[in-house]
Amino acid sequence: MPEQTIDLKKRRFLTQATSVVGAVGVGFVAWPFLSTWKPSARTRAAGAPVDVDISKLQTGQLVRVLWRKKPVWIFKRSAEALAALESDTLIKNLSDPDGSGYSKNQQPKYVTTSYRSIKNREEVGVIVGVCTHLGCSPTYRPEPGAADLGGDSWKGGFYCPCHGSKFDLAGRVYAGAPAPTNLVIPPYRYVSDTLIRIGVDPEIS
Amino acid sequence: MKNKQSWIDQRFPLTKVWNEHLAEYYTPRNFNFWYFFGSLAILMLVMQFVTGIFLTMHFKPDSANAFASVEYIMRDVEWGWLVRYLHSVGASAFFVVIYLHMYRGLLYGSYKGPRELLWILGMLLYIVLMAEAFMGYVLPWGQMSFWGAQVIISLFGSVPVIGPDLLVWILGDYALGDAALNRFFSLHVIALPLILVVLVFLHLVALHAVGSNNPDGIEIKKNKDKDGIPKDGIPFHPYFTVKDTMGVVAFLWIFCAVVFYAPGLNGYFLEHANFIEANPLQTPEHIAPLWYLTPFYSVLRAVPPMFGSQFPGVLAMGASLLILFFLPWLDRSPVKSIRYRSPIYKWVLGVFVVSFVMLGWLGMQPVTPLNAFLARVFTVLYFAFFILMPWYTSVGKTKEVPERLTE
Repeated sequence: MPEQTIDLKKRRFLTQATSVVGAVGVGFVAWPFLSTWKPSARTRAAGAPVDVDISKLQTGQLVRVLWRKKPVWIFKRSAEALAALESDTLIKNLSDPDGSGYSKNQQPKYVTTSYRSIKNREEVGVIVGVCTHLGCSPTYRPEPGAADLGGDSWKGGFYCPCHGSKFDLAGRVYAGAPAPTNLVIPPYRYVSDTLIRIGVDPEIS
Repeated sequence: MKNKQSWIDQRFPLTKVWNEHLAEYYTPRNFNFWYFFGSLAILMLVMQFVTGIFLTMHFKPDSANAFASVEYIMRDVEWGWLVRYLHSVGASAFFVVIYLHMYRGLLYGSYKGPRELLWILGMLLYIVLMAEAFMGYVLPWGQMSFWGAQVIISLFGSVPVIGPDLLVWILGDYALGDAALNRFFSLHVIALPLILVVLVFLHLVALHAVGSNNPDGIEIKKNKDKDGIPKDGIPFHPYFTVKDTMGVVAFLWIFCAVVFYAPGLNGYFLEHANFIEANPLQTPEHIAPLWYLTPFYSVLRAVPPMFGSQFPGVLAMGASLLILFFLPWLDRSPVKSIRYRSPIYKWVLGVFVVSFVMLGWLGMQPVTPLNAFLARVFTVLYFAFFILMPWYTSVGKTKEVPERLTE
């Protein structure tokens, strides 16, 4: 029997090959564990649309419903509030008034530019009540001229208590606020004149 | 007795470990007040483990029952209030101890070579401890638990491109709820404590390999007698075990005063809003994380959104933590201890301490234009401490360091 020498090249190849196969194996085993953190089948099923009856909603009133576990505001704006949304004194204070900048994807295509609601139902606002800064739910401050929110420059809207972001009654963010974009408008449709379905786009008529 | 000891020693290195790490582990004789906080940190770790184990026996990690189960512990479980207050006050006390322990490192240059790895392991411990504390605060499922978690987890949603998907993956849902609470419970009671224990072990291994620094910043191993024992060293046991026991007694005296007379410390250790159950529809008027996280939270808030994203603020907050890891290499001073540093360093350290405390205070306050401005000023000063460190530690006249310890 010839004397054996250690073949270092072969040993290194085997070490590296084993390491690579082992690393691939670790990757495959990690996948199921990491996947357990994804929303479960039950959670995904719970993301269904929500119906809201607005027949009793008064002007100035705001109701909150949960859709996909997020608060959604449905509120009715007065004629003065709607007029204020188009006034130059407000628009010059907003960071993206027509939703063409960073807020491009914050609303569905079918809502109007200034009111950010479905055409012909401008008085009803539907907004996801989650601040685009860090996820707090802003408070409803519809009264124009509130002294603690800037007096005359405040036309009514939403104020985030966490970090001081301000939004108007269409959910558009004021310039200089920590929130980078306008509030999100969810997909919604009118099933009838007084019933809103949140979570689905309008049927194309 | 001798026989039993040798029987064990043949099977397990008991005497060897005892001698290497206690009876013949030589420690500088001039340790002062600042050197109590390492052993106190271990005390707090044990405190949190013991109280946590007993709390877990009664707590329900379920968004429908969590808040009620904490109330149940407080009112119906025999002595449950004590165990819970020891745990909640313990969390804050742990950070008091850790911050003083880290400040000691700054005072005496304990992060400088050859203790760079010791410092890095300590920083890792600090970061894991912050995650552990944050997740623990979510568990009672009060208003502050919920909205604090909402803000912190939203940080991950601001990551460009993958943010929204990452957020859903972390939450296990489209919004913060039961799934997140349940996994935070698992991380809080199993995963992170295990990591903490491993890191503490490595921190101690690294410490015992290089030996403790001291208030003079002099390496005692450079001066050994003929037996190889440092001339300025004394055995850890019994000298420092006894001294640290005295520190423990003094510490527990203050700790118990808080536990028994002011367990919430007027909203600083348990925030008022957390006595109301979590309500996903209503954010409290004012939210802030607990005091030990607020300096970094202030940095986050100080950076305005850029390019339609909150991400720059998140990066700044991450950088404010990450930069601490580089301290050993940023410091170019030839001396370790503040005692022999240049006057300029003492001023700079003073400004840094004021900045850090002010950032912490501002992080608890509502945002006003003045507060936002101050937070920006102190954020700049905080970073300046690190970025300018290679410069100000290399200029200025240092005092001569003696050969042997001075006291």
